[in-house]
Amino acid sequence: MNGEELTEQETALYDRQIRVWGADAQRRLSKSHILVYGMKGTVAEFCKNIVLAGVGSVTLMDDHAVTDSALSANFLILPDENLSHGKTLAEACCDSLKEFNPMVHVSVEKGDISTFGVEFFEKFDAVVISCCSLAKKKLINQKCRKLPKRISFYTVDCRGSCGEIFVDLKNYKYSKKKLEETIECQLEYPSFEDAIAAPWKALPKRVSKLYFGMRVIEQFEDIEGRNAGQTSIADLPGVLKLRKELCETNSVNESQVPDALLERLLIGTSEFPPVCAVIGGILGQEVIKAISGKGDPLKNFFFFDAMDGKGLIEDISKPRHS
Amino acid sequence: MASEEQISAIKRAKVLMVGAGGIGCELLKTLALSGFQDIHIIDMDTIEVSNLNRQFLFRQSHVGQSKAKASTFTILRFRPKISITPYHANVKESRFNVDFFKEFDVVLNGLDNLDARRHVNRLCLAADVPLVESGTTGFLGQVTVHLKGKTECYECQPKPAPKTYPVCTITSTPSKFIHCIVWAKDLLFAKLFGDKNQENDLNVRSSDTGNSSEHSADVFEYRKDEDIEQYGRRIYDHVFGHNIEVALSNEETWKNRNKPRPIYSKDVLPVKMTEKNGDTEKDCATGDVSVMAFLSLKNPQDIWSLAENSRVFLEALRLFFSKRLKDIGNLTFDKDDQLAVEFVTAAANIRASSFGIPLHSLFEAKGIAGNIVHAVATTNAIIAGLIVIEAIKVLKKDNNNYRMTYCLEHPSRKLLLMPVEPYEPNKSCYVCSETPLSLEVNTHHSKLRDFVEKIVKGKLGMNFPVIMQGASILYEVGEDLEEDMVAIYAANLEKAFSELPSSVISGTVLTVEDLQQEFSCSINIKHREEFDEEKEPDGMVLCGWVEAPVDKDNNKPIGNGESTSNALPSEEKDVEIQEMSGGTETVTGKKRKLSEVDESKKQKKPEKLDVDDEDDELVISDDWESLAKKNRV
Repeated sequence: MNGEELTEQETALYDRQIRVWGADAQRRLSKSHILVYGMKGTVAEFCKNIVLAGVGSVTLMDDHAVTDSALSANFLILPDENLSHGKTLAEACCDSLKEFNPMVHVSVEKGDISTFGVEFFEKFDAVVISCCSLAKKKLINQKCRKLPKRISFYTVDCRGSCGEIFVDLKNYKYSKKKLEETIECQLEYPSFEDAIAAPWKALPKRVSKLYFGMRVIEQFEDIEGRNAGQTSIADLPGVLKLRKELCETNSVNESQVPDALLERLLIGTSEFPPVCAVIGGILGQEVIKAISGKGDPLKNFFFFDAMDGKGLIEDISKPRHS
Repeated sequence: MASEEQISAIKRAKVLMVGAGGIGCELLKTLALSGFQDIHIIDMDTIEVSNLNRQFLFRQSHVGQSKAKASTFTILRFRPKISITPYHANVKESRFNVDFFKEFDVVLNGLDNLDARRHVNRLCLAADVPLVESGTTGFLGQVTVHLKGKTECYECQPKPAPKTYPVCTITSTPSKFIHCIVWAKDLLFAKLFGDKNQENDLNVRSSDTGNSSEHSADVFEYRKDEDIEQYGRRIYDHVFGHNIEVALSNEETWKNRNKPRPIYSKDVLPVKMTEKNGDTEKDCATGDVSVMAFLSLKNPQDIWSLAENSRVFLEALRLFFSKRLKDIGNLTFDKDDQLAVEFVTAAANIRASSFGIPLHSLFEAKGIAGNIVHAVATTNAIIAGLIVIEAIKVLKKDNNNYRMTYCLEHPSRKLLLMPVEPYEPNKSCYVCSETPLSLEVNTHHSKLRDFVEKIVKGKLGMNFPVIMQGASILYEVGEDLEEDMVAIYAANLEKAFSELPSSVISGTVLTVEDLQQEFSCSINIKHREEFDEEKEPDGMVLCGWVEAPVDKDNNKPIGNGESTSNALPSEEKDVEIQEMSGGTETVTGKKRKLSEVDESKKQKKPEKLDVDDEDDELVISDDWESLAKKNRV
């Protein structure tokens, strides 16, 4: 990290944030490469945050065509011009992001991410996945974990007034200052697959109900072969049936996953911009922490619900069988 | 997720944003995305390079332009159909009166200073318009909702006072780098380059010793045709050598302290500078004058050696006299003045070196001297999201669900975003309740001017005050006053309370009103003969008006202003020298404001919630909001 100093231009532009996390952290940020998949409102917020922070590069993936509905929560897409040009979501967002900070290299990668080999992911320091199926999340997480290099892996999804972030930093070591002394800290993260396999019964009693709600909907979409967010209130009977099964298997009371919450999640197929801002902000902060090595990273889920206003960290891991 | 009711409430709403900076940019974007269609923005600032890392609606090409206008322009590109009305203006202008505020359904603050926040608070109370207030510093932030009569107003809780230092700590016994910065910036810099008529305590110590005050008067005088380096070395030797020797002669001071070391320029820099840097003249013929530029000190993060600091000190002084002679005599420290920052950094470091205090880089010194706020985009984005969530509740009149929310750096009981029920109005708040204040004052000695400056403007934050006793007006500020009245008021200012046309004595009730803020309060006058010069330097004491003590704990206060509030460790905040006699030196009973103070820290974060954060099996009490409430007091 040493030897390469920030340029005068960088020092001037990043002055206020260098005062928050220091010049070392800024140097690490400027050498980092981030991959994001799924360009909806929350990811747009996240991208804005890390581009402003001054990461080295951001690679965007989303081959969906720009549609009217895509505009709703995504401020990176300008109306008219992009629609007429028939750009993909990633391409449309790329143009706007470049404007935010000319020092960051923003580019688009096309293709089916599921078919990409591990060597593709090796180029990145952090991978953020959004709006995709359960199977795809697991697969990409596995590919990242296979590499000897640590790649910080995140999934993020917002449904209406609710948002969820999952974090996998594999084996993460960092140091922090407590009073005068520096403490070495180490965190072991489970993979996404292992985390969600944790028996519900074994979780802390007051774990966020949103965790269960998100798992039910996720599984429902998986079983039905739907895309992420492709639900409506008509799915409620099927979702309630699945909830019953899951609660029985996990021997927890169905009240852990209230009807009202599931209804909200089912209807919330479009994002609510203030929630995108909150979740995109927290996620940006977490990625900056992981790259810079400054600050306690969250482990391993974060939930926000605009209904009660709580932004909550939950540590959800499978109990170790030694 | 939005219900029909919510969508139509948002569409109908007319909102006023005050501030288009760090929070403002994020807020405007989120409002536009959320479907707001009629947004008005007031901001008096123009765009600077250091804004661009987070105020993402601005580009390099916007630098120098109005924030209100540039943000409007950028947002209209992606939401061309909504209406945004920018005002490149100070919210305190008279056109933004109560009638103006009444037009809005909700006011959203993204401000950076206490003064403007208090002003908007009063206008919102007078217009009975809900206010959503916010602030961030670094990773910390908060959002609060203020509704007249339902929740506390912005001024119901005391605000921490600006950090003050005893004058003797600054002039004689510094123990922290901030003390050296204050000395360099507010004493030495002011003495050399500022208004010569200002009082200056630079030589408080040395004046103890008879003839040295005479000596020091000469020292700072630049003699015509004098070699500028020789002049610089004389200043150097006087402030870092002679003054330290004088201070050392007072044995009593150093009984329990480490003795400082006098430093003389010949010991640090034996060779004459101009011989080494003969070619410097042409290097800085144009553009911004900077020492670093040609002393090959490239990296502002580096800590200079004593010799380097000494060289910067002398060079900076030389450049001020050779390149900026016309500025000398009316300069005040400005963090954007590179040469001033270089000079202050060097002077503070040489002094620090003398007192055995660790030296700091120019980057750090600049932050401390300029009270520069720590700011990141992510916190602003989160806070803006939370503001919109509360604003929508306000529009839906969802009275029971308003929350004040803290954005924390470290989770407290698993919470990074911590909502708390809003507090009820403080019944003894002089702003939102009718509770009278009382003022203890020597009615025979204190003049109306002191009252206007120190109390009405200084403490009550009024801009256009009217002071009345019953029906008779003692003083008034306004644009359209008759000339004879102006003369009478000017004369009144110089009179003691008891000498005023309608004599103000113990038991008199004064009414103080700000016509623009439509805010008025009563003050009961109580005569008191004596005041403690140290503890009551104003010579009057206002009761019922609360100012919080400066925080002592390590919790960083949550700033209320993204762009100029600051999150430096608490001892490095905005600074005022509180004159106190710390020994034998004489001091005047005068408080001197030393920096553009943006002291708007609210210390509302429930502090004790971190304590038993260890075990997640421990359930979050459903009652934790009230727990937080108790802890807050």
